[in-house]
This record gives sequence, structure tokens and C-alpha cells, in this order.
Amino acid sequence: MTATSPANSFRNQPDERGHFGQFGGRYVAETLMPLILDLEKEYNAAKQDPAFHAEFDDLLEHYVGRPSPLYFAPRLTEELGGAQVWFKRDELNHTGAHKINNCIGQILLAIRMGKTRIIAETGAGQHGVATATVCARFGLPCVVYMGATDVARQAPNVFRMKLLGAEVVPVTAGAATLKDAMNEALRDWVANVHDTFYIIGTAAGPHPYPELVRDFQSVIGKEARAQMLARTGRLPDLLVAAIGGGSNAIGLFHPFLDDTSVKMLGVEAAGYGLDKDHAASLAGGRPGILHGNKTYLLQDEDGQIIEGHSISAGLDYPGIGPEHAWLRDVGRVDYTSVTDTEALEGFQLLCRTEGIIPALEPSHAIAAVAKVTPTMPKDCIVLVNLCGRGDKDIFSVAEHLGVKL
Amino acid sequence: MSARLSAAFAKGRPALVTFVTGGDPTPEATPAILDALVEGGADVIELGMPFTDPMADGPAIQQANLRSLGAGTKTADIFRIAADFRARHPDVPLVLMGYANPMTIRGPEWFAEECREAGVDGVICVDIPPEEDPELGPALRTAGISLIRLATPTTDEARLPAVLEGSSGFLYYVSVAGITGMQQAAVASIEEAMARLKAKATIPVVVGFGVRTPEQAAAFAKVADGVVVGSALVDLVGEHGSNAAGPVRDLTKALADAVYSARESA
Repeated sequence: MTATSPANSFRNQPDERGHFGQFGGRYVAETLMPLILDLEKEYNAAKQDPAFHAEFDDLLEHYVGRPSPLYFAPRLTEELGGAQVWFKRDELNHTGAHKINNCIGQILLAIRMGKTRIIAETGAGQHGVATATVCARFGLPCVVYMGATDVARQAPNVFRMKLLGAEVVPVTAGAATLKDAMNEALRDWVANVHDTFYIIGTAAGPHPYPELVRDFQSVIGKEARAQMLARTGRLPDLLVAAIGGGSNAIGLFHPFLDDTSVKMLGVEAAGYGLDKDHAASLAGGRPGILHGNKTYLLQDEDGQIIEGHSISAGLDYPGIGPEHAWLRDVGRVDYTSVTDTEALEGFQLLCRTEGIIPALEPSHAIAAVAKVTPTMPKDCIVLVNLCGRGDKDIFSVAEHLGVKL
Repeated sequence: MSARLSAAFAKGRPALVTFVTGGDPTPEATPAILDALVEGGADVIELGMPFTDPMADGPAIQQANLRSLGAGTKTADIFRIAADFRARHPDVPLVLMGYANPMTIRGPEWFAEECREAGVDGVICVDIPPEEDPELGPALRTAGISLIRLATPTTDEARLPAVLEGSSGFLYYVSVAGITGMQQAAVASIEEAMARLKAKATIPVVVGFGVRTPEQAAAFAKVADGVVVGSALVDLVGEHGSNAAGPVRDLTKALADAVYSARESA
């Protein structure tokens, strides 16, 4: 840890009411409010409980396969011709993405609270698969809400969830993507508060979700920081991660926030372009209230929510976690965006240079890295979170590349 | 609290509170539907502000929100509908009901001032609990608009004072843990809840969520200060569109007859 005093720390958010500056909070229906308060109490108790941490760590090591490797990418670095590119290999986790870290933590909380039924929303299906996985592991029934559009474009993950024993409910409202799945999950939750735990997949939603999801995902940054110090004797110069809701990014960034020499770049999905349909809520949105928190949202002048668009179902959301909204406004983290086309190029670049097929979500981070590293000296270190593998995406990538499988 | 709201609950009988979504099926069709509610005997009118993401609503009101937004309804249309209603019905209390984002996007002071100018008596915001009151409550109270809060089966004794603090007009008891228009609570559970709430509340307590028929409304009106009917009326708007005023008036009349006389038949 650095010597920064707590008062000046970027790591002591949120406040006791769940606010990150003006963002975050608990904007939920009264029916859910007592449960949210219970969850906060239970999470605070769990944080102080060594047995909780021991079980979490044990499952991450022996079930998820942590720590994930820290990998220097020599051919990508050479091709880009600038700073060294390193990857945190969270795509090697059980279930193929970072999502499982959070699901392990939340199901342990659910069990502590005596809840007997699990619900979740999913976009790309990675969080749905991770939730279905931990439900199978702990023998709890699982219902996953998924936009009908996403059900169609992520068929392999739908089948995975079903194999794992989950019920997948297609949601046809709105654009039938992640936002609509979240609405439907909230409707289920409000009707089943007595026995149901909602495992939210990203660092968003009502307090304490943004905090606890961040804490569970911070294993990424804690490991990466120790691994980088052990391997190179120094900290990276730049961290890069893709952002939908922002859980993999906050998981990587948070343990480094007080390391003043480390710059950070979050990469939003610019879809068809920022002047067309996209999912970059920091670049194209403004503060508003949705899904339990105040954050940057894509919306019109009346506060009606505008559907996001991204080639990546996992980034296709019109909001962003509230801590990212705060980190942007205080200037600690920079945010940029890349288009669908650029992400597809990033996807192919990593396949070709490193023999790694990334998910479309981190392909956005790779595309940003391809832009920024050539401008940086060769002795600089860029650390990218490779938050998911691309097996689930090969069908949609083939379609976009005009290849018939 | 507005004199109109106080008067609505001082008629010596239970009150009928009715909900429809503003701009459903079109902004032009809403005034006639509101008039039908008044003609049918509604004591308080709740006018829903449409939102793209009505998370607390069941299919009936979700569809109404989509129809309204699909017809191009803007926040300005809702306030115009409200102001015109106030001109036609100087004595009937009007309450806006909706979600936080459309209410706060231009700032709570802007919203409260628009409410005041349009003659709106109260506001129900589904997703601003007491914990986030600064987002809307102070501006409404300053403008003299009642903030009407929801209490639910999960609102326990410890929480109830926080819910009542800063709320006025009436307390809206959500009869079941769930979304609008789906299930109905047992009368016994409502009786128990009313006893609990009325021991603490100094404002009228009305019951809503899942009340569809005159019989159900009468059963709840026996023990509550008022009964809210929403989805059943919204379904009629969905079915009859721009010709919904007649059917809406007929159902409201049947509900009003049942609610007004609920305690006489006890």
C-alpha cells in the first residue's frame, strides 16, 4: 500500500449512505428497502468475519482457479511498437470470465442471509453462467433473466445455463437486452423478497451492491499489483479495462487508486459511433437515476432512457457503475470509447499475435491499447484486464466478418 | 397538505383513488379519461408519468407506459394535461405518480414548481425511499406539494416513522410485496396492516396494488381510508384506446358505489 492518508484516499468510497460523491445511493421501491438494509448489515458483518474471507479465498483458489496469471504479451507488444503490454488473465477463470469472482462472494452472502432462491440478470450470458454455476455448486434454484435479443445472439451461454440447472427467462420488453433483463429481475425480486437473493452482475444497482461487487472483484487488482511487483519490481504505468457496468474495471483499478504514478483508462463501447447508437454513458450521457443508483445514463431531455447499442452484449447497457461516474468527475480515471469495428479489429489482433481468443468485451480494451501504446516509450508498462474469453462470441464475430459457420 | 386532499378524505366514507397513465393511448385522449374518472365518482386522481423503465409495474401499466411514450408523450404534455384538468375540476385532488428520473432530471425545484403551477396536489415517486429524500422531498415541501410515500408489507415498526416523516396527503399502503396489478392480498392481512399503520399515521391510509373489482375494493374499504384502483382501469384504456372514457366511467362508477357504501353493509 502507498502512504496516502485515508482522508486523501480514492479508496474510501462510498460514504455510509452509499454515495460516491453525488452518485450511487439507494433508489429502490419501499418493498426492497428493508432487504437492502439487511444486506448492508450482513455484508458489513461478513467483511469482519475471517471465516467468510477464508471460504471466499478457498473457493477462488480451488474452484475458480485463482490467482489468474499475469502475462507479458511479446508479439502484441512488438507489433504495436511502444509500451510493453501485459494481460491479467481473468479469462482463464472457471466459466471463462471475471464474473465468477463476484458470484462466489454473493452466493456466500445469500447463504449467510438464509436465502433459498437466486435470481440474476445477464447480458452476454457470462454473469448468468457464473450465477448458474455457483447455484449448482451450492444446490440453490436459479432463475436468470435475459433479454430475448441476447438469448438469440448468445445461444451457447443459454445452453450452458440450462445444463447447469438454471431457468432462463427471455425478456421481450424494450430492446430486449440487459436493461430490460434488469427491470424484470427487479420485478421478480420485489415479489419474492422473503426468500430470494438477487445476484447483481456488475458494480451498479442500489448500495451496497456497487461496493460489495467492487470488493469481490478487487481480487483482480490485488493479485495483479502483487504479481507485477514480484515480476518487474515496479507498478504498471497504465491500466486498461473495458466498461459496461464496470465491474472488471473497478476490480482492477481499485487496489491501484492511491498509487499516484499509475494512470487508468476505462473503455466504453462506442457501438456504431458516438454520433450514432452506442453504449458509452460517460461519453454520451448525463447523471440520472435508474436501477437503484444515480449515475451517468443515456437519456433524453425528459429523462427517458435511451437503449444502448454495442456489438458486445456485455457492454450493451445505458448506464455505468456509480464509482466510475465519480472517478471520472474527480479526474482519477480517464475514459475513452471504441467502436464495434475497432473492437472486432482488437479481437482479431489478439488472436493473431498471442494465440488468445478474447471476448468482445475485452476486445474493446485491446482496441484502446492498440491506439495508446504506440505513443508510449518502450520501458512503460500497460496492464490490460483480459476479463473474458471469446468462445461465446465466435458465432457473432463470424457473422460480422461475413463468414458462414 | 392541500385543502383538496384533506377534503377528499373528510367525506365520512372511504375514498376511491384511481390511477391512469398520462398520455395513454395519446396525450389528446387523456383529458376525457380523467373526466370519466371524476364523473364516475373518483375522489382522488393519480396521473401516471410515463417512464421507459417502470420497474415496479406489472404488464398492464408497463404496456400503458409504452403506449404513452410511443404516442410521443413528453413531460410538458403531462403538466399541460394536469393544468387543464385543474381548470376543469377546481376541487378534485390530482396526484402525479412515477419514477425518479423523469421527476428529477431538470432538478427537483423545477419539478416542484411545475407541479405547483399546474395545480398538482401531491407526488408519488416509486423509487425515492426516505433514505434518498433530499433528491425530491425538500423541493416539494417548499412548493407546498404533498410527498406521498409508500408503505409495504416489508415496512416494519422500526422503519415506519422514517416513512411517515416528511410525507403528507395520505400514506399509500402497497397491499402485497410485488408489482402493480398482479396478486391480491388477503383481507385479514390488510386489517392487520391497517391497525399497525393507523396507530402511527396522522394522515389517511389508502390501500392499493391488485385491487381490480368492486367486490375487492369494498372489502378493503371496510378497513382503509381509501382504495386505489389502477391496472384494471389501465386495462380498459388498453382495450378501448381513444374510446375508453365510457368503459372507464362505468367501472369507476361501480367501484365508487362499492367503496362509498363499504362500511354500511358491514
